[in-house]
Amino acid sequence: MPIAPPGALRRLIDDVGPVDAIGVEERVAKYATRSIKKKSKLFGLKLAVSMIDLTTLEGKDTPGKIASLCRKAITPHEGMDVPSTAAVCVYPAMVKHAKKHVTGTTVKVASVATAFPSGQAPLKTRIAEVRAAVGDGADEIDMVINRGAFLAGELALVQDEIAQVVEACGDATLKVIFEASELETYDNIRAASFLAMRVLRPGDFIKTSTGKTSANATLGNNQVMIEAIRDFYLDTGVAISMKPAGGIRTAKQALHFLIAIKETLGDAWLHHSRYRFGASALLNDLLRQIEKERTGAYQAPYVFSDATEGY
Amino acid sequence: MPKTPVKKSAPRRASARELVFGDLWEFDPAPETADPKLKKRYDLFIGGEFVAPKSGKYFPTISPGNEAKLADIALAGAADVDAAFQSAQKAFDGAWGKMAGSERGKYIYRIARLLQDRAREFAVAETMDGGKPIKESRDFDVPMAAAHFFYHAGWADKLDCLAPGRRVAPHGVVGQVIPWNFPLLMLAWKIAPALAAGNTVVLKPAETTSTTALKFGEILQEAGLPPGVVNIVAGAGETGAAVMTHPLAAKVAFTGSTEVGKIIMRSLAGTDKKMTMELGGKAANIIFDDAPLDQAVEGIVNGIFFNQGHVCCAGSRLLVQESVAATVLAKLKRRIAVLRVGDPLDKNTDLGAINSREQLDRITALVQSGVDEGAEMFQHACKLPAKGFYFRPTVFSGVTQSHRIAREEIFGPVLSVLTFRTVEEAIEKANNTAFGLSAGVWTDKGSRILKMSTELKAGVVWANTFNKFDPASPFGGYKESGFGREGGRQGLLDYCKLI
Repeated sequence: MPIAPPGALRRLIDDVGPVDAIGVEERVAKYATRSIKKKSKLFGLKLAVSMIDLTTLEGKDTPGKIASLCRKAITPHEGMDVPSTAAVCVYPAMVKHAKKHVTGTTVKVASVATAFPSGQAPLKTRIAEVRAAVGDGADEIDMVINRGAFLAGELALVQDEIAQVVEACGDATLKVIFEASELETYDNIRAASFLAMRVLRPGDFIKTSTGKTSANATLGNNQVMIEAIRDFYLDTGVAISMKPAGGIRTAKQALHFLIAIKETLGDAWLHHSRYRFGASALLNDLLRQIEKERTGAYQAPYVFSDATEGY
Repeated sequence: MPKTPVKKSAPRRASARELVFGDLWEFDPAPETADPKLKKRYDLFIGGEFVAPKSGKYFPTISPGNEAKLADIALAGAADVDAAFQSAQKAFDGAWGKMAGSERGKYIYRIARLLQDRAREFAVAETMDGGKPIKESRDFDVPMAAAHFFYHAGWADKLDCLAPGRRVAPHGVVGQVIPWNFPLLMLAWKIAPALAAGNTVVLKPAETTSTTALKFGEILQEAGLPPGVVNIVAGAGETGAAVMTHPLAAKVAFTGSTEVGKIIMRSLAGTDKKMTMELGGKAANIIFDDAPLDQAVEGIVNGIFFNQGHVCCAGSRLLVQESVAATVLAKLKRRIAVLRVGDPLDKNTDLGAINSREQLDRITALVQSGVDEGAEMFQHACKLPAKGFYFRPTVFSGVTQSHRIAREEIFGPVLSVLTFRTVEEAIEKANNTAFGLSAGVWTDKGSRILKMSTELKAGVVWANTFNKFDPASPFGGYKESGFGREGGRQGLLDYCKLI
């Protein structure tokens, strides 16, 4: 059993600087007071659509559901001037089905791998899963970090595993999921961000959550991570991308997250190559709001296809 | 650390290492549209009625956001001030002075609730009249004003517990003069404890911001407060002097500049009037190298740009430990780049208008002195509205203790940055000022916070936060920042005599 150097996590936090939880909450509360109207609202809504990793991660997923999901990702709403989503996000077994449908479009196939969501499988197995997904055509891999090792202070182990997954990805983009709620504190989330970014490539992502625990993406953990991305970029010139996932269900929430980006990382991150939403229900709420801006009235929910719900 | 493969497709931007806060996603105007229900003309509020001034004179009040005239305000002369005091004395000798505390409390609760009911209307009026951003008047000024009335309403029937072993009694008629930076909130800070303790009041709002105080007269009428318990007289310095020196004033309370405070104290020397003074400040906001820097930067911004820096406890001197000074300054500039300066009524505005042309000129002159004396100036590169009084968020670095901008209260969005090496130097520099109203300490180390809070000569010391207020927390100064406290048990005691 590897022995963690004493105080490794503490030293990493000292190295990257602490975070004051109350201060973070106060900062992000200001995003929610921004009032986004008219053209700026429409711009934000469409931007959010273009950033979605349209996701289904259920044991009961079928190739038929994946087909429906891909169709929705390519054309979110028939006859509406709205971009495709950035990607679909599926389990490795579904990658080859998804790939068939999105080939020739801008929609990418992202796959969770590394024994998602717990990560509790031997490293060999996790790496093999990544290679299999990439082999089946995944453009992007969403991995989970070894939270147990992180909290125990075995930071080198966590970082080595990320580096090995980076290698297994080849040309595929990597998204590193921290499962922020399991890291417990903002200090830990900031430390984990730096730990991962130091072995990532420009354009790789750090990601808040799996969406499989009770607490997912929040404006707070999003803020801590994008501040880490900012500091790392200014320090090294390496631009890391960001993906909050889980719990973002409404257009209003999505706009708050985008305002956080606008005011923390600036215009260069207001693009799906630098920012994504891991979500499913969010898409239809965005479409509903876009249609409301156009017609002045809210459409009934059944007007928008439930492509992520059926099987 | 393993070598990281570089993706072929990945964008490499290592050369251009600055963030772009551009116009890719500009926000459309989002004006607050609630009706402030302003009248064209405001009379004096004396004896429970709005009455025309005996002087017959009115003066215009304008909106500093666009220089448009809002209303005419009655100018109270010496005769009007006297009428107000006579009416207050009558109320004190009559129903109000004999009323049980539990009954007084009901009136104060009613005032608090009515203020909440009309919160949006008052917020818009406050923003139009004073220039502060609507989000501050909506989320801070008006709710906090109501909170002060609620807090003190609760005290009205519990005065027996205020000073254990002693009994307390009201002074009688209290003369109060308040400033223009938080017109309604300062009114609440003054009137709520005075009423809770059983006093009656003659209050003069600042010349440029009388509107919400006179609107508040409408709330007093609605609450059915007995006539004369609160009287509101508008006007400039002369009216204020008449309020402060009136023979019937048993106690006077003043919030404003140190300069005017000194004049008042001179004029009252030799009288037996009780006094409380809440005057200027030049607070040190002290950042240690182990502080959570991003949150500290947020605290710096809250400290100096809240209400355009028109805050007596504003963190206008930033003391930053030299090992993190460059980092903090860079972070601060990036944060300032996304502050939105402009129309106070726009819900997205972070910094609104400077309260008056006079204040704008004062800020401009002091900033010029900073440039002349060799400090390095950074200003937000934003566009300012063509009409109205606006000033860019400004940061001076390379400031020393002897610069005017480090010693004088600017009362605007202007921050002076100094550095320090040791804890002792931080304390020495922080205390090297004629003022002593507030201070801030940012560090991850609890013991250092405790040490600093005992060594800093300031009435309020905030730790890892800034500009936090609560009705239960006493507020007031050391040295030339004044004496007496407002808020909490201590503030209420200043409105009572011990018997």
